[in-house]
Amino acid sequence: MPHEIDPSFLALPLRALADAALARARALGAEHADFRLERVRSAAWRLRDGKPAGSSDTTDLGYAVRVVHGGSWGFASGVDLTMDAAARVASQAVAMAKLSAQVIQASGSDERVELAAEPVHADRTWVSSYEINPFDVPDADKTGLLTDWSERLLAADGVAHADASLLTVQENKFYADTAGTTTTQQRVRLHPQLTAVAVDPDSGEFESMRTLAPPVGRGWEYLAGAGGWDWDAELAEIPELLAEKMRAPSVEAGAYDLVIDPSNLWLTIHESIGHATELDRALGYEAAYAGTSFATFDQLGKLKYGSEIMNVTGDRTAEHGLATIGYDDEGVAAQSWDLVRDGTLVGYQLDRRIARLTGFERSNGCAFADSPGHVPVQRMANVSLRPAPDGPSTEELIGGVERGLYLVGDRSWSIDMQRYNFQFTAQRAFRIENGRLAGQVRDFAYQATTTDFWGSMSAVGGPQTYVLGGAFNCGKAQPGQIAAVSHGCPSALFRNINILNTTQEAGSS
Amino acid sequence: MSGVNKPHEIVERALELSRADGCVVIANETSTANLRWAGNALTTNGVTRGRTLTVVATVDGGRGTASGVVSRSAVTAEDLEPLVRAAEAAAREAGPAEDAQPLVEAGGGAAASAGFTDAPDETSSEVFAAFAPALGESFAQARAGGRELYGFANHEVVTSYLGTSTGLRLRHDQPTGSLEINAKSPDRTRSAWAGQATRDFTDVDPAAIDAELARRLVWAQRKVELPAGRYETLLPPTAVADLLIYQFWSSAARDAAEGRTVFSKPGGGTRVGEKLTELPLTLRSDPAEPGLEAAPFVIAHSSGDDASVFDNGLPLTATDWIRDGVLNQLITTRHTAGLTDLPVAPGVDNLILEGGGPRSLEEMVAATEGGGPCLLLTCLWYIREVDPATLLLTGLTRDGVYLVEGGEVVGEVNNFRFNESPVSLLSRATEAGRTERTLPREWGDWFTRAAMPALRIPDFNMSSVSKGV
Repeated sequence: MPHEIDPSFLALPLRALADAALARARALGAEHADFRLERVRSAAWRLRDGKPAGSSDTTDLGYAVRVVHGGSWGFASGVDLTMDAAARVASQAVAMAKLSAQVIQASGSDERVELAAEPVHADRTWVSSYEINPFDVPDADKTGLLTDWSERLLAADGVAHADASLLTVQENKFYADTAGTTTTQQRVRLHPQLTAVAVDPDSGEFESMRTLAPPVGRGWEYLAGAGGWDWDAELAEIPELLAEKMRAPSVEAGAYDLVIDPSNLWLTIHESIGHATELDRALGYEAAYAGTSFATFDQLGKLKYGSEIMNVTGDRTAEHGLATIGYDDEGVAAQSWDLVRDGTLVGYQLDRRIARLTGFERSNGCAFADSPGHVPVQRMANVSLRPAPDGPSTEELIGGVERGLYLVGDRSWSIDMQRYNFQFTAQRAFRIENGRLAGQVRDFAYQATTTDFWGSMSAVGGPQTYVLGGAFNCGKAQPGQIAAVSHGCPSALFRNINILNTTQEAGSS
Repeated sequence: MSGVNKPHEIVERALELSRADGCVVIANETSTANLRWAGNALTTNGVTRGRTLTVVATVDGGRGTASGVVSRSAVTAEDLEPLVRAAEAAAREAGPAEDAQPLVEAGGGAAASAGFTDAPDETSSEVFAAFAPALGESFAQARAGGRELYGFANHEVVTSYLGTSTGLRLRHDQPTGSLEINAKSPDRTRSAWAGQATRDFTDVDPAAIDAELARRLVWAQRKVELPAGRYETLLPPTAVADLLIYQFWSSAARDAAEGRTVFSKPGGGTRVGEKLTELPLTLRSDPAEPGLEAAPFVIAHSSGDDASVFDNGLPLTATDWIRDGVLNQLITTRHTAGLTDLPVAPGVDNLILEGGGPRSLEEMVAATEGGGPCLLLTCLWYIREVDPATLLLTGLTRDGVYLVEGGEVVGEVNNFRFNESPVSLLSRATEAGRTERTLPREWGDWFTRAAMPALRIPDFNMSSVSKGV
C-alpha cells in the first residue's frame, strides 16, 4: 500500500504560489517558466563509543522560478510563501535572464536556450517505496539502536572505538510549468553506518572497518533487516575482520586479478561510468569544475568502453534506488535506458536543454536540484552494471583466479577530470591463491584507466550476486549541489590490474 | 506575535519561548548571487535569499546534560514555538551529550556585538554590475583569440545573529566571493585555470585573468610527455592551500589523542611539540586577519569531532597551529580540550601559512637550477584521503603542469595522479615563497579564506600519468 503525500506538505499553498509565479513570468514574456516548491528534511545522529556526539534536524523550505526568456536562462528563488513574493521571484528570474542575455550579446554568441518536448503530465502524484517513515520513529529509538550496535562492537576484543551515524531524509517536491505539467512527490531515504577502530598503542598503528550496508531508498524497516540486510551478522563479523586486518601483511605491489564485490564496485561504476556518461559534462558544461568526459558525444555508438560482457543501464525507476523518482525537476517522466551495450557506448544521461541541443527527441529525465535555492542540473540516474543471467557466484569467480585479490567495501576514491585515471581502496582485501581466499592484506589501492579497466573485465557474476549500492552525497555543479544515487552491480572479475602499496607511496625518495 | 520578523526579534522571541534549561538560537540571513559560463557564453545564474533558524535546547538530567538541535529555513513568527518545542523534544529524547559544558556566559566584553538589532547585510545581482559587462568583453576577446572560457562567479553574504539564554547577543557579517576562470583551446587539448577569492568583486579584473590564461595556453603549445616518478615540483599557493586545509580538517585533538590520526603519538598522546619541518613555517588562523576576516566567535549548528554546540558564542582568537615548524596546537572544543589537556582552540574559518622567503612563484621559477626536470603545477583536483595514519592523500594535477628549465617555462607536461601527505611535504619542502592570498580550488566550496606561499618539493610523488586534460 503506497503512502500518501505528507498532508502538511499538501497544506502549503502550492498551486496558488505556482499560479502567481507562472502568470507573472508569462506576463513578462517568458517562453517557458517552471515553479518548484520543495521541503527537504534531513536529520542526522552521530555517536562516538556509544554516546551522543551530535545531531541535527534541518528542514529546508522554499521555492524557485526558472524561466527561458529571450533565449536565456533566468533563475531566482525565495522563501516567502505569499502570492506577491512568488510573483516577485518570477520577476527576479526574468531580470536574471535579461542580465544573462546582455552578457551573451556582448560576447557575440547567438546561442539560445531551447527545451526538448515532453508530454504534459497533469496533476500527477508519486511516492517512493518504503514501509515506515523514519521521521515517524521516536529519536530515542534511533539513538537506542545505534547505542546497542556500538556497544556490540565495543564489547569485542580489539575494538578501541566505535563510530555510529544515521542520516535520514524526507524530500517533498511540487513542480508546475507553463506547459501544464503539475507533479507532487515524496521520497524517503536513509543511511546507517558503523565503524570499528583498532589501535595498537605501542606501535601507534591503527585500522578501521566499516559496515557495508548501503544507503537505500527505504524506511526504518531497513534497520530491522528489510531488503535482506543481516545487521546482526554484519556487526558480529566486523571485530574479527578488523583484528585480522591489524595483523595482515602489507600487500606486494604489482599486477593482480581482482574479484570486486558489489560493495566496492558500485563506486567505481559511479566515478568511471556514471559521471562519464553525463552529456552536459561530455559537452563541456562542467569543464571548469566537475570536469569533462573522455566519452565525447562524437563517439556515441562507437566507443569501446569495455569488454563485450559489459552492459550498463541508466534508470530512475529501480525500486528503492536513491535516484528513483516519478518525474524529474523539469517535469519529465522517469525512464530507463542503455548506456553501454555489449561493451559499446550507446547512451547518455540527459536533461531537456541538453537533449534538444544534441538532437535527442526527448530528455531521459535526469534534471535534479538538491534544494529550492538551486537550479536543476543534469544529475546522475541510477547507473548499474547488469549481471550475467546465468552468471557465476562470487565464490565461483574467486575459484577462477590463480593469484589475485578479492576487494570488499568502498573506502577511498579519486578520478581525474576527464574520467580516465582512477584510484580506489577498499574496506578489506583478501589474497586469492589458486582459487581460494588466503587472508587479508593491508596498504592496498587499485589504479587504472577507465577503458583499460572495463576492457579487462573477464566475467560478471549472476543475479544472485547483485546488490544496489550508492551514496547520499555525490557533488556536481556550481553552486555546489549534492545528490543521492544508487548503483547496482554483480561481483565481477578483472584481469591484470595495477595494485599499489600505499605505504611505499607515502614514503619519501 | 505579528511584527516579530526581523532577525534579532526572531532570536529574542525564540529565547523567550524556551522552557529548556539552556537555549542557543542562531539566525542566519543568507543572500547569494552567481553567474556561470561555458564556451564563452553564460549558462546558469541565480539570486537567492533565505533565513535559517537553528535552535539548540539543553536539558539537564541526573546523568548529565542533553542537547537537541533543530534547524528550519523560511522561519516566520508562527513557526517559532513548534521549532523551539521540537528542539526541546529532541534534547529530552537524546541521552546526555558527551560534549556538555555550561553555555558561554555574557561578560568579558564580548557579550553584545554592535548592530545586533540592525538589518542584515545582503548581496544581489548588483554585485556583478561592473563585473558582468567586463566578463562579456572577455568572452569576446577570448573568442577572437581562439580561447574558450568556462567558469563561475559566486557571491554570498551571511549575517549570523546568535543569542543565548546566558545573555549573549552576537552578530557577524560574512561576505564570501570567488571567481574561477578556465580557458581552453577549442580542441580542448590545452587548458589553464586561475581563481581568486574576493569579498565584494571590486578587486577582480576578468581581462587581466584572461590575459594570464592566454599566456599559459601559449606555454602549453609545446607538449612534453613525462612518465610517472618523483620530480622537483613547485606547488603554487592554491595547491598548498588545498593540501593544508585537508590537514587542518584532520587535526582534531580528540582523534589524535585516541590514536587514530597522523597527529597521534605512538605510545599515547599527541604529536604537539614535535618539529614537523626544518623551515621556519607558521600555520595559523586569525579571525581578524586583514582581507580574510572570519567569525570571531563559535557558530556551531551541530556538534562534531571538532565543534560543539555548547561552545556557541565562545570568542575565537589568533591561533598558531604550527609555530616555527613545530606542531603547536590541535583543534579542540572546551570538551575535547579537557580530554586532551590541550588549550581550548576551536577551528577558525581562515588559514595562513607564512615564514617563507621573499620570492614570488615567478621568482621561484626563475631561481630553479638545472639537474632533473622541475614541474610547475597550476592546481590540484579530486583530493581524497588514502591512509589516515600518514595522511596520505591522492589526487590529480589539473589545468597545466609546466616544465621549468633554465629558470623559465619551456612547455607543458601531461597530467599526473599524485600520492602525497601534506605532513610529509612540509618536512621535505626545501623552499617556501612569499605568502599571498589564494583561492583553494579543490575546497573552494567550503573554504575560501587562505593565504599561502608556494612550496618547492624536491621529490613530489607523481604516481601515474593521467590522460585527462
